[in-house]
This record gives sequence, structure tokens and C-alpha cells, in this order.
Amino acid sequence: MRLIFGCLLAFAIAAVIGLGATWLTLSRGTAFGAIPIGAWTAWPKTGTQDADPYSRATIARSGELPVGSGDGVAFLARTDDNGQSLDGRCDVLINGITPQARFWTITLYDPQGRLVANSIDRYGFTSQEIIRRADGSFEIAVAPRARPNNWIPTGGIEGYVLMLRLYDTPVGVATRAAREAPMPNIQVRACP
Amino acid sequence: MMRWLLWLLAGALLGGIVHLVTVLVLPATATQDAYARFAVIAPVNAVTPVPPPTPQNAVIPFMDPAFAAAVCRYDLSAGPIKLRVPVSTAYTSVSFYTRRGVAYYAINDRAAGRRVIELDLMTNEQRANLPDDEEVTAADRLIVESPTSTGLILVRALAPETSTMPVAQGALNSARCQTDAKS
Repeated sequence: MRLIFGCLLAFAIAAVIGLGATWLTLSRGTAFGAIPIGAWTAWPKTGTQDADPYSRATIARSGELPVGSGDGVAFLARTDDNGQSLDGRCDVLINGITPQARFWTITLYDPQGRLVANSIDRYGFTSQEIIRRADGSFEIAVAPRARPNNWIPTGGIEGYVLMLRLYDTPVGVATRAAREAPMPNIQVRACP
Repeated sequence: MMRWLLWLLAGALLGGIVHLVTVLVLPATATQDAYARFAVIAPVNAVTPVPPPTPQNAVIPFMDPAFAAAVCRYDLSAGPIKLRVPVSTAYTSVSFYTRRGVAYYAINDRAAGRRVIELDLMTNEQRANLPDDEEVTAADRLIVESPTSTGLILVRALAPETSTMPVAQGALNSARCQTDAKS
């Protein structure tokens, strides 16, 4: 009798720990090969054949196709600079410069990777569309209501993520630190 | 007491194994991976335009809406594939993915250095069986080896401004992906 209870307990613990760890690592992302710069994180190795088993599983589960390393690199931000989850009801300011690249795009998605519906059908910007200051830096307002200059509408959704993709860029697997790849700040200005 | 601690420990160890096994097995069991999603819209060995992502509809998640995209779902079992992509004015890239969505090769218009990106895609075996006397190989043809016999080629052209999207889509219309006729 004790043996049966013991086995059941062990199996229950194994299922909770094993599946829980799998779910957590696949939905949060792992630190393997990650380059965190401010609020942004890139996994350049995910775009190569050396992708680790966790990123392979993540790709297979979500159905996405990662940016290949000969194409570019993608930086994902789930939070602002203070680690707060991005909330579509708040006014958020992205401010600064991007690493060297021939082109870049910034796009707002819901956490599942879908575009977010809004009244002006704008889901992001390309490096060509953005309005810059004289020194080349820029400011993008991510907010539920219209803002002058660069505005990405959030559609008022609860949570969103930002993806900044650099195309034809020296940033990649060999990049180590923020000074090689200066990423813009993400700061919350006002929250209802 | 001691006995229960041992059972706990055994459970934790087994949990570690369950975790590793599920992570390793997951790619092979995923039914909604990118290949499966494209299988619905794209015939084999032909370039098919990918509908631009919208909030209601996107073939795969995290598509970049600034790009026009086309996909070639390839099958090399009948022989190598020839891929021909004219580059658009802004930025064009070709990315190769295995059946499981791993990006094993990607090239952009600047790296290709021509007006047209031309590639031969084959399996390692087909590459090994190439006749040695094909001197042209190194100079003229870019050969890419696919680790799997099926997979995806994603061809993308950037529309730097929303208004240039039709131009980018038009550039991809003349992209070709077909089995090598000569063999």
C-alpha cells in the first residue's frame, strides 16, 4: 500500500515539475544565448542551425519562423526599462537610437504574436518612416490615443510586446554588450 | 519520514527527465508549426504569396508587416530545386528553414551582390552526387544544402513605406522555385 502511494506521489511531483518547467521555459524564453540590452532581448542563435532545444521547441509550438542570422536579428521587449509589463492603456515612450543596420522595423504585437487592431491600421514603423531629431535619434509614443509625430496605437489592449528587427546588421551572435548595440529606452509616462 | 523524502526526491528527478524529454520531443509532435500552417496555402515546389498579416488573420505569428512575403514549400525527394528571386529596390532576403522551422541559411540582396538571387537547393546526398567536372559550380552557382528533404523558403521584400507595398509584392511575383528539369 505504501509503495503505491509513494509511486503516485513521485509521479504526481514529476508531472508537475516536468511539465511546469517545460511550460515556463517555453513561454518565458530561456537565457541560453540571450543578449539582454535594457528592456530588449535578442536570441541571435535562434536564427541559426545551432539553435538550442528550447528555442526549437518554442518555434515549433508557436509556429513562428525566426529571423535567419544572414537576414537580421530580432529584439523583443515584454517590459519597460523598470521591468513592468507593457500595458496598452498606458502612455509609453520609446526614446533613443538603434544599432547600425541597413533597415530596421519596430512592430507591436499581442503576447501571442498577432497584430493589434486599431483605427489607423498602423502596427509599427520602418526606419524610413520614422520622424527623427537633428541628431538622428527618435521618439515613438506607444499609446491608446493619438499622439503627434511617431505614434504606435495600442488599441487599448491589456498586454503587448514590442519587436525591433534589424536587417543587414553587424549585430548578431558575436555581439556581447550594450555599447556595441545601443537600444532605445522604454519608459512609462502616464498610466490611468 | 525518510521514506517519503526519498519518494519526493525520486519525483523531482523524474520531473527533470520529463522536462527534458518533453522539450526534445515537442518539435516532432507539434501540429501547428510553420510548415503545417503553410501546407494549407502553399503547394509544393512553387512560390506562393503569403497574405499580409492583419489583426484578424496571419498565417504564422510574429510576421513583420513591413514586408511583402512569399513562400516556397519545398520537397527535394524528386531532385534539387532552383530558386530565382529578382531583388526589389529596398531590401530583399531569402531565408531557408527546415521542416521543423530552424533557420539554417539566410541571404540578403547585398550579400548576393546581384540583381537576381539565384540558388540551387539540394540535400547533402544530392550535393555529394554532383559530377566533379562541374567547374561552374563554385563561380556561378550558389549551392545551399538542406539538412532535411522538406522545408520552407521564405522570400521577403521590404516596403520601406506603406505606400510601396504593391511594388514590393510585385517584385516577388517573378520569384521562381522549381525542380531542376535536367535530371
